[in-house]
Amino acid sequence: MEVKFLDYTLRIGGEAGQGLQTIGGALAKIFSRTGYHVFTHQDYMSRVRGGHNYYQVRFSDQKVSASRDMVDILLALDLNTVEIHKKSVRDDGFVLYDSETIKKKFEGPEFIDVPFKKIALDVGKSSIMANTVATGAVLGLLDLGLESLKEILKSTFKKKGDEIIEKNIACAKAGYDYVLSNCPRCEGVEIREPEGKKLMLIDGIQAIGMGALMSGCKFYSAYPMTPSTGILNYLASKAEEFGLVVEQAEDEISAINMAIGASFAGVRAMTGSSGGGFALMVEGLSLAGITETPLVIAEIQRPGPATGLPTRTEQADLLFILYAGHGEFPKVVFEPGTPEQAFYLTNRAFELAEKYQIPVFIQSDQYLGDTEWTFENFDLEHLIYNDYRLREKDLEGIEEYKRYKYSDTGISLLAVPGESGKHLVVADSDEHDEEGHIIEDAETRIKMVRKRLLKKMPLIKKEIEAPLLYGDPSPEIVLVGHGSTYGVIKEVVDILSKDRKIAMMHFSQIYPLSERDRFDYIELLENAKLAISIENNAMGQFAKFIRAETGFEFTHQILKYDGRPFTIENLKEEVDAYL
Amino acid sequence: MPTSEDYEGQVPAWCPGCGNFQILSTIKQALVELGIEPWEVLLVSGIGQSGKLPHYMKCHTFNGLHGRTLPVATAAKLANHFLHVIAVAGDGDCYGEGGNHFLHAIRKNPNITLFVHDNQIYGLTKGQASPTTARGTHTKIQPYGISSEPLNPLATAISLDCSFVARGFAGDQEHLKELMKAAITHKGFSLLDILQPCVTFNKVNTFRWYRERVYKLEDEYDPYNRIKAFERSLEWGDKIPNGIFYKNDKETLEEMVPTIRKEPLVRQKFSIEAVKHEIDKFY
Repeated sequence: MEVKFLDYTLRIGGEAGQGLQTIGGALAKIFSRTGYHVFTHQDYMSRVRGGHNYYQVRFSDQKVSASRDMVDILLALDLNTVEIHKKSVRDDGFVLYDSETIKKKFEGPEFIDVPFKKIALDVGKSSIMANTVATGAVLGLLDLGLESLKEILKSTFKKKGDEIIEKNIACAKAGYDYVLSNCPRCEGVEIREPEGKKLMLIDGIQAIGMGALMSGCKFYSAYPMTPSTGILNYLASKAEEFGLVVEQAEDEISAINMAIGASFAGVRAMTGSSGGGFALMVEGLSLAGITETPLVIAEIQRPGPATGLPTRTEQADLLFILYAGHGEFPKVVFEPGTPEQAFYLTNRAFELAEKYQIPVFIQSDQYLGDTEWTFENFDLEHLIYNDYRLREKDLEGIEEYKRYKYSDTGISLLAVPGESGKHLVVADSDEHDEEGHIIEDAETRIKMVRKRLLKKMPLIKKEIEAPLLYGDPSPEIVLVGHGSTYGVIKEVVDILSKDRKIAMMHFSQIYPLSERDRFDYIELLENAKLAISIENNAMGQFAKFIRAETGFEFTHQILKYDGRPFTIENLKEEVDAYL
Repeated sequence: MPTSEDYEGQVPAWCPGCGNFQILSTIKQALVELGIEPWEVLLVSGIGQSGKLPHYMKCHTFNGLHGRTLPVATAAKLANHFLHVIAVAGDGDCYGEGGNHFLHAIRKNPNITLFVHDNQIYGLTKGQASPTTARGTHTKIQPYGISSEPLNPLATAISLDCSFVARGFAGDQEHLKELMKAAITHKGFSLLDILQPCVTFNKVNTFRWYRERVYKLEDEYDPYNRIKAFERSLEWGDKIPNGIFYKNDKETLEEMVPTIRKEPLVRQKFSIEAVKHEIDKFY
């Protein structure tokens, strides 16, 4: 008999400001603490109140890495949600709603009418607690117990006092009990408690922020822009505890120049934005390039051009980032596929930025940025921290310091200004000599370009890891993705691998492309019967880049550019069409 | 004690007779008289003839992009507030391309010093109007005369409650030196706008033109009176006042950031061990 895994999807829909994130966030945390694997994603409009948003939580006793279209439980906080999403509810699924609040009664076995507001008023003496009732109701439907929710309510309302905590717990219990005694069909819902221990729950943005923190980032400057603002929020909340300076700049031009100024002065610095804000930073990017100032830049994509779809997702800045900057200088572009990769690649970004004195990008997008995943742990022993800068003691004995001294590797010693009485650090956006002073002669220009770019680039390339091959080791079908499409491609490969030789090839270290001596990934693509490039953009930017760099041309592409991420069902359908 | 020779840099590539020469030698004298060593100074500049000044000195230097002097200087100060951070800029650089940064650096109030070489013209790009060029002036690009009002940097800075606002003249080095010393030692964002004749492209605002007009603010003038300061900052024409227009003693940006109250950021050691427990918050 086939073992059926538990794989449940819960969608909470309503207007912005109705508390979807609070309910969804609490439930995701409850599931991860119970030991379920969780994957959440958010779909929200660019408005503070009203409109239609949803928060989706998928939980399973197996690892999950993408969202499904079909839902098992729909929690509708408004009428709109029922009407938009009822077609996505599985035949044996449920719709939880409050007919009194949404002013409509629905017939049908899937509808469970729970008087969220009335219970909140009766039990908690306040309609505000309707969301706590709703959260309790979902747990009641799954009969998962209320222990984890109680813990969350205690920590959430700690500042508001015991009375509020008790009332919320009573509301949660009332919602729980109401569903248990008013849903005859629910006896069929069998939720097995998972065997594992509690898991960590983290989204892509938090992973980048924590990655920066654990890499010794001391300075972060940015101008708020969705979907990158979370990094600013996260690091600002850690500033005092961990000794960071976080500056909200007047614009992105200032943000990148500030990060460069702080890095020049001797601390690890980072800036971040989305496409439009990064467009303003490009001048500063080249400044980091010529001054050889270490810099990490997080570019979290949303659909453009210009303001585009501010709260949605796309991978359409890839070529922009790859070719950003006036003039030629080395850089590195990483595009993580999971929060775990985002964490480690941010750490690698700081390492490479400092080691080679270059700008390094962590490029991601709204989808990965906002999706929460569960992991057993991150192995912090793998983190790298090398301080490549010359400080006080390192400078003793250095008689003559030249910031841009020629070397075999192209790397010159990076001194911190003001650490000793002798050395002076001179950086210049003009072409310069070894000391850092302006020159215009051809000979020095050639030497500096060789030092800064041509000598460093081959060394940097050696540090880049090959793309990940997941699935059949000698596949006939290869689904190729980069960045945030990792999770959904992986699950589609899992589904299709039952009767096909299929694999995913995923690139998270985009530029420079890794050398092919250890793993000739292009040869593997050439040998496959079918290689499909899957991208969240309209022009197949990654495929163009691969062609430009390697000559390999994808004849098959799956492109999605509606501002939404791929779901398992819709990607599988598109892949099936090619099989 | 440092000497002027300790600050000696490359040979300047400015036009003979340029007002920048006086500014350069005055900065050196001011630093020497204050007893500040070259390794304690970070000079940050943008682009323009003023932008080259740091190369003609010996100290830490960051010569960045046009207009972007202040963000670099502000952040460098946040990273290491032990350094004397002096930003040098031109009128186009600071008030034009960098206008937004100018406004917001004043608002942030880092303890840095800003010297603006204000020659009311674009020298490096050969004679276009700058934000401080007088209305009606004819240039190659504005053959019918400039239609914009000139920016009044002092009045703008006072309106933003800038911590230190002064104006000097490159042709009066003794007075300029005292203003520079006052600006460098003032705690807070210090603006010193320096009238600096461009002998090649500005045929109106010459050394002679200024000598006939500039005068010093009276000894009994109170720089702590903001309204009076604003009033005096509007004086421009036959009589042009120089001196310290406005001062206040408000908290600096560095003082407002708790992280760096005890120790400069750059001196704070990092260890992964100290931050590892952060991961527990995600369970």
